[in-house]
Amino acid sequence: MSALVPLLVGIPLIGAAINLIFGRRKKTQIVVSVAALTAVLVLGAILLVEVDTHGPLAVAIAAWDIPFGIVLYVDVLAALLVVVTSIVLLAVLLFSIGQGAADNDEDTPVSIFYPAYLILGAGIFNAFIAGDLFNLYVGFEILLVASYVLITLGGTESRIRTGVVYIVVSLVSSILFLAAIAMVYGALGTVNMVQISERMALLPQDTQTILHLMLLLAFAIKAAVFPLSFWLPDSYPTAPAPVTAVFAGLLTKVGVYAIIRTETQLFVDNDLNFLLMMVALSTMIVGILGAVAQAELKRILSFTLVSHIGYMIFGLAINTPLAVGATIYYIVHHIIVQTTLFLAVGLIERRAGSTSILKVKGLMRAAPLLAVLYFIPAINLGGLPPFSGFIGKYALFDAAAQVGTPVMMVLIVGGIATSILTLYALMRAWNLSFWREDDDSTETMERIAYLGNAPAAAISTERRTIPKIMTLATVGMVAVTVSLTVFAGPLLDMCLRAGVTITDGVSLVQLQEQAGQQ
Amino acid sequence: MTISLVLVIVMAVLFACGVYAMLERSLTRVLIGFLLLGNAANLLLLIVMGVPGKAPFYDGETDAADMSDALPQALTLTAIVITFGISAFLLALIYRSWQLGQADTVIDDADDVALRTRTADEPEDAMDEESRSDDEDVTTDFVGDVASPIRVLHQGDLSQLVDDAPVDRVAVRRPDDEDDTSDTQDGDRP
Repeated sequence: MSALVPLLVGIPLIGAAINLIFGRRKKTQIVVSVAALTAVLVLGAILLVEVDTHGPLAVAIAAWDIPFGIVLYVDVLAALLVVVTSIVLLAVLLFSIGQGAADNDEDTPVSIFYPAYLILGAGIFNAFIAGDLFNLYVGFEILLVASYVLITLGGTESRIRTGVVYIVVSLVSSILFLAAIAMVYGALGTVNMVQISERMALLPQDTQTILHLMLLLAFAIKAAVFPLSFWLPDSYPTAPAPVTAVFAGLLTKVGVYAIIRTETQLFVDNDLNFLLMMVALSTMIVGILGAVAQAELKRILSFTLVSHIGYMIFGLAINTPLAVGATIYYIVHHIIVQTTLFLAVGLIERRAGSTSILKVKGLMRAAPLLAVLYFIPAINLGGLPPFSGFIGKYALFDAAAQVGTPVMMVLIVGGIATSILTLYALMRAWNLSFWREDDDSTETMERIAYLGNAPAAAISTERRTIPKIMTLATVGMVAVTVSLTVFAGPLLDMCLRAGVTITDGVSLVQLQEQAGQQ
Repeated sequence: MTISLVLVIVMAVLFACGVYAMLERSLTRVLIGFLLLGNAANLLLLIVMGVPGKAPFYDGETDAADMSDALPQALTLTAIVITFGISAFLLALIYRSWQLGQADTVIDDADDVALRTRTADEPEDAMDEESRSDDEDVTTDFVGDVASPIRVLHQGDLSQLVDDAPVDRVAVRRPDDEDDTSDTQDGDRP
């Protein structure tokens, strides 16, 4: 079974290589990409069942003795995220195929899209199954370099402008991460995560705090945690719709995943929970206030993305097994719902030729299916029952209430306020774009004049028909968001189990046993 | 573990210079800053290696205590390769940015600026003034300079200068679609 683990990274990389060879044959590229991601999805599902029933898997690459070589480590958290990621990647791939087929690819160098997309996937999977810090760094770099290519796809002026912001910020965080790894190695003589967690207790608290802060800083930039989040709403909205959808769903979550590992595995005794609480609260509030001020759908969504990262950090700051489990559920929910919303907005952009909520109107009558596709994930993200957003937030607040300190209560109130404001921002967009009549009066325009004339909202693209496959991909994703609610029981149980496994931790001996070395 | 003070000082200086250069708006300086930072991080990895000794596989008889720690070397090599690849990408990005705008600066987000001006009538908002004055002295060294070392070619200066890079559909406006485009901007449906 453990032989399957390296394939999670290998298959997308080989797929990318084949795609580069067949750069001029788009059909071959599409078939290879879909096949590679489907294979990873199946593998991920097999591994998820396996690790959920028989416990975590560790694989020593090239049979080097643990902890000297590269270790891949798959527990329920990693396997679950691999499955969710491959579902999202596959759906967005179908969406982009639809878009590409309709646009005839005159103006995007599509031959680079599919390989870069698969490499992005390989990087994400590598980060999830990395058993040592340096391999995690390599995973981050793989996905970041692929994302640099995707965010500047086509090399147009606006994409270069926003790409530069994204790239420079990512570079800084990568260097910080590398420096932090060097410091950890200097202090502990290892980069293996299990060994780090065993040796960490030997260090004085001050040294632990420094290492802890360095790693957190590097990951917080990637996860877009306030006050390190300002790059995100600037850089995401200009990329092509499928790219934005994948970035919004997955890239920040890889940062959050790294923070989970840092908090629950590496620095068990070093307590920065209060700092994390405050950071979580400000991420939620500042992020959502940003969303309320925007008049462009993609920017609104980018700000809600930042704000909802706050919930995940909140869950980690509570630091009980229950809270970690709830955080994992929230991550799964958020990856899927955020991606779906961005796909729905991609459809709106095609249908209406703009994503400005000031300009788009009357869509309810013109495109009723689109209205449903936006509405369901929107109220889901806002946290209305019975959807998964409500379940995830409820689980988080429940875990916080069980701790019951005053600061927890403050955060719960902050979380509820954020949830309501999310609903407000998304429903205002709904009211203006879908519910508003086509021939509305100047009175409405005056009422929304406070939103100003946002330059990004002024960008219009050609209005085009929506190919069936794009709608189909979005419908599929909406179905997945609904299934998160339908299967919330087993899924939440699995997440809570994963939370317990992670907080229990593993020892080096256990790791060697799991790899079959003893 | 004994480490060389000189290396530590060099690393610190590299980090400081790198951070300083990265704070510039000119992308070329950002690139230089990134290179300095990358080298500083690699040097840090080498410093944590400790006292250099013999290569681990040198003759098979070396005592383990006399060997160099090989792991940080492997990490450094990996990091160097990654830094190299990213530098190449950054150079391409800078070139493209130059080709498009005849400038290689980082530009403010238009929506952020709009949001700022929308709230600017409040007297206590000093942020706006401050960032305005910042914007004025940041430019590249070359654009608009009479003594610019490279002749900046604008599109249309030379008939054979063709920008063959792919562009967005928005930028391409054929004269016959003009009606269609203005229609779209009004936001009406056909």
